[in-house]
Amino acid sequence: MVEELLIKNGVVYDPINGVKGEKKDICIRNGKIVEEVKNPKVIDAGGRVVMPGGVDIHAHIAGGKVNSGRLFRPEDGRKGLKAKTKLCRPESGYSVPNTFAVGYRYARMGYTFVMEPAMPPLAARHTHEELVDIPILDNAALPLIDNNWMTLEYVKSGDIDLLAAYIAWIIKATKGYGVKVVNPGGTEAWAWAKNCDLNDAVPYFDVTPADIVKGLAEANERFEMPHSIHVHGNMLGHPGNYEVTLKTYDLVKGITPYRDRPVLHSTHTQFFSYGGTTWRDFESKARAIADYVNANEHVSIDLGSVILGDTTTMTADGPMEYSLYQITGRKWTNHDVELETGSGITPFMYSGKVGVHTIQWAIGLELALLTRDPWKIALTSDHPNAGPFIGYPILISMLMSKKRRDESAEEMHSSIFDRTELPSIDREYDFYEIAIITRAMTARTLGLHEHGKGHLGVGADGDVAIYDISPEERDAGKIQKAFLNAKYTIKGGEIVVKDGEVVSTPEGRTFFVTPECDPKLTDEMMTKLKEMFTNYYSVSFANYPVQDAYVPNPYEIRAPWRS
Amino acid sequence: MVEITDVVCPLCGCVCDDIVVEVEDNRVTKVRGACAVGKSKLMGHGRIKSPAIRVNGALKECSYDEAIKKAAEILAGARRPLLYGWSSTVCEATKLGVCLAEEIGAVIDNTASVCHGPSVLAIQDVGLPSCTLGEVKNRASLIIYWGANPTAAHGNHMKRYSYIAKGYFLPGGKKDKKLVVVDVRETKTAKMADKFIQVEPGKDYLVLSALRAVLYGHEDVVPDNVGGVSKEDILEVANMMKEAPFGIIFFGMGVTQSRGRHNNIINAIQVTRAAHTHTKFNIMPMRGHYNVTGFNQVCTWETGFPFAVDLSRGFAWYNPGETSSTDLLIRRECDAALIIASDPGAHFPGESIKHLSKIPVIQIDPFANPTTEFADVVIPTAVSGVEAEGSVYRMDGIPLRLRKLVDTDYLSDEEVIQAILEEVRAIKSKEGE
Amino acid sequence: MGAKVKLISGRTVAQGQNLDNKLSEEYFKAVALCELSAEDMEKIGASPGDNVKVRTEYGEVVVKAKQSTGYPEGVIFIPMGPWANAVTSGNTKGAGMPQYKGIDAEIEKTDEPVLNIKELMKRYM
Repeated sequence: MVEELLIKNGVVYDPINGVKGEKKDICIRNGKIVEEVKNPKVIDAGGRVVMPGGVDIHAHIAGGKVNSGRLFRPEDGRKGLKAKTKLCRPESGYSVPNTFAVGYRYARMGYTFVMEPAMPPLAARHTHEELVDIPILDNAALPLIDNNWMTLEYVKSGDIDLLAAYIAWIIKATKGYGVKVVNPGGTEAWAWAKNCDLNDAVPYFDVTPADIVKGLAEANERFEMPHSIHVHGNMLGHPGNYEVTLKTYDLVKGITPYRDRPVLHSTHTQFFSYGGTTWRDFESKARAIADYVNANEHVSIDLGSVILGDTTTMTADGPMEYSLYQITGRKWTNHDVELETGSGITPFMYSGKVGVHTIQWAIGLELALLTRDPWKIALTSDHPNAGPFIGYPILISMLMSKKRRDESAEEMHSSIFDRTELPSIDREYDFYEIAIITRAMTARTLGLHEHGKGHLGVGADGDVAIYDISPEERDAGKIQKAFLNAKYTIKGGEIVVKDGEVVSTPEGRTFFVTPECDPKLTDEMMTKLKEMFTNYYSVSFANYPVQDAYVPNPYEIRAPWRS
Repeated sequence: MVEITDVVCPLCGCVCDDIVVEVEDNRVTKVRGACAVGKSKLMGHGRIKSPAIRVNGALKECSYDEAIKKAAEILAGARRPLLYGWSSTVCEATKLGVCLAEEIGAVIDNTASVCHGPSVLAIQDVGLPSCTLGEVKNRASLIIYWGANPTAAHGNHMKRYSYIAKGYFLPGGKKDKKLVVVDVRETKTAKMADKFIQVEPGKDYLVLSALRAVLYGHEDVVPDNVGGVSKEDILEVANMMKEAPFGIIFFGMGVTQSRGRHNNIINAIQVTRAAHTHTKFNIMPMRGHYNVTGFNQVCTWETGFPFAVDLSRGFAWYNPGETSSTDLLIRRECDAALIIASDPGAHFPGESIKHLSKIPVIQIDPFANPTTEFADVVIPTAVSGVEAEGSVYRMDGIPLRLRKLVDTDYLSDEEVIQAILEEVRAIKSKEGE
Repeated sequence: MGAKVKLISGRTVAQGQNLDNKLSEEYFKAVALCELSAEDMEKIGASPGDNVKVRTEYGEVVVKAKQSTGYPEGVIFIPMGPWANAVTSGNTKGAGMPQYKGIDAEIEKTDEPVLNIKELMKRYM
């Protein structure tokens, strides 16, 4: 049966296709955007704002770390309790929602794709098991590749081709999407309770984090990878780290990407834009980061913007979580993963009455407002690190309303006036720019625009969000409300949310990349890899790769070798 | 004869995945690489022949359909059903179990409740600084087993992952490592130790407190003898901990099931945190069944909470001590129970079996056991990891996939729960009309 | 003559090997027993192979005595299973976990027989 849908009278923001608030009909047939439809079900958008389905470039929604967060925070679980309905399964959690709540809440906000950005390769099956249990959303996951002993050894020997062969193998073995970097070298050092700055030698491996970042960026571009390397660099969360951040960006400046995209995506950049030398003289260096991003084309960033309140921080950056736990004295979980990566988790409360938190809060917004080209910026809160994704509508309203920012600043710690320049920034985002930073830029940076995501051109997925707001509206409260509960969310041509309620729960698909490596290189790499399994891994080589059963709804993207 | 390599062992939390099995005439005939207990599991035992329903006090064989229908009737009609077990089956079955619990407003709980439940409570208080087992193998020069006896319970643990294993930074294996064992009795594991600390029963908390004080630099407050352990010994162990570049405490039911329960574990984790101020230190529970961890994982990502989850309100309510199986049974609150892949008849305190044996019980298991003696509906299933595949989680949270080695006519746990769920839904929708 | 002891329960290899074989003679032999020190054996006047009655606040059970090294005086061990649990309390002290280890118990030599699983389970029904 042909399923047709016509959305008429919407004011459409489709940045990838240059559609900037035009009254325009959208036609969907069999889940895809088409030119015209014959006998459709009709939705009258009634002059409301219409956008492609949201695409989140970075949110920790699934996997061992997220689940450890849920497990050790029943107090967070109790915050989001919602009983099952005829259609929906029970919800729980605020900063660490259960899988069902993740799907329903994102869908209510008009999102249809989320990238899980930190999959420990050895535990990849776990990440996929949770992704499968998240309703509605299409998804993908980035395997952590930067602290892996194979990577360290090839970076040390300078064999970028063999490094590429390893990357190809591990992305395939984990059904992953690209190369994730988290505290390169520092996480390996953390296995000995140490950490690494950008140019420190990694204990026993005799390479530096700088070598790792450069090596991985080069290896990544050996393939037609849809996404650049996705980097959480060194010294996250340390006062004065903005210099490390800029040096990290400079490392990859000369590398040519395979297509028109950056070579490095700098994630949750708020945490990397710190000035000062201690928490006492801590200040914003968002301006320095934004200036760099304005002047260069090889770096994209996402914000990692703070949403005030209680949350659960979690990252593969083990030493960072340990530092945070030492500051707060709250509970702390750590989980180092053999030959590959680590992770830490600790609860955290961002308070607008605390100077440091206030500055952090301002930095995320400053980055968005000082970076001129929104195509270089993605809206994230590094869910749940700077706050849960459910707070995105608050961030959107802040970016769209100078008035709201001023009102908030009045309530907050005075450091916002002397350690940040947020109060002096007048810029306000419009709906078009919001559409860029929440779907168009993210889809394009991930290379998903070529696979139907983030736009409404003919052939794209029928993923549409209709927000209950008129394009003229400037009231921050109304903006926030509209983005929290979409009037309609349509996923693959199916109405999944109506009037802020979930009305159907189709299964999402998992996107994964298959890098295609020269078999000779693969063979050579494999000898070394099998030695690692025989001698050092605690699981067998044969049981390591993620079986097809874990990705029941696959979408494969091939990434040919660039000879 | 077919040889199958890299078989994943469905017995304990070690989930060894390098077992070699020989299969002849659809039967496992030889097992290499497993411990004595794992081998016994893979070789197999006598099975429940047929589904059965208790009639006038005796089990009467019936078809799968009849047993499933009866099970669904019991569950659909119950006011306070308990779905218990889940630790020796695959995650796919557990997922369906959570669905079933939502459908009938049941309490769903697993054997962690009587095993490492207190460890979960402790983790919820202070967290868990830990790592994967390969980290231990490659880096740990100090291994402490506290209230754990792997020679009996986790036969390959020391060989594959800890004291005896050779690793990247410790190529000499046990020559490069030190073993400390803390127990109330001198077990076989204790006999292997470089240092054995014999603690009086129920005094672990005191010894942990003393150790923690020393690690934080307060040895002056420690008396000469703590829980039967001399101050000298405590100082020696503390020094070993400080000096090891990477150390780990593996703890077992010796501390979760004795006086103090979760408080012992909180203290042990605090000791780990204290040691971490000097060096790299980790702690890990010695999880018993091969997928006890997996249930806790699935239950957590689906309901938000790891065990003892009450779904009678439509949303998940978690309050161990109230919603845990033993407490529900002691209060005589349950009016029906589904027992899967576990044996409360053998492993619950007699006091709770008294109530369990009186209410309608559905048992899903490949093997007859004490629970069968009072079960009202018995549904035999395939042995996961031998006759059915599926997802499981090792004690360190590493997910692995059990293999299917031989064919069977038995339904899998997954298929049985799915069938019961469908039948329950059919009953409910009829009632709705 | 009786003795006051602390009872602990736990896994053994033979218990583990017969986990899926609980209604068998092997399981009965592996689990319906009590390991204790020579001192405690002597105290109650038992020889290896004698039956002992273990009594706690919650019940009593008869098991075979097995003299064993490694036990301090006053600590006895019954492999986890229906015999140990016959004398275990269900009181979890609000933590969900019964106390399976370190239970105050009294032991004495007895001529009463060791019940098999069916007989043991019947006591509950």
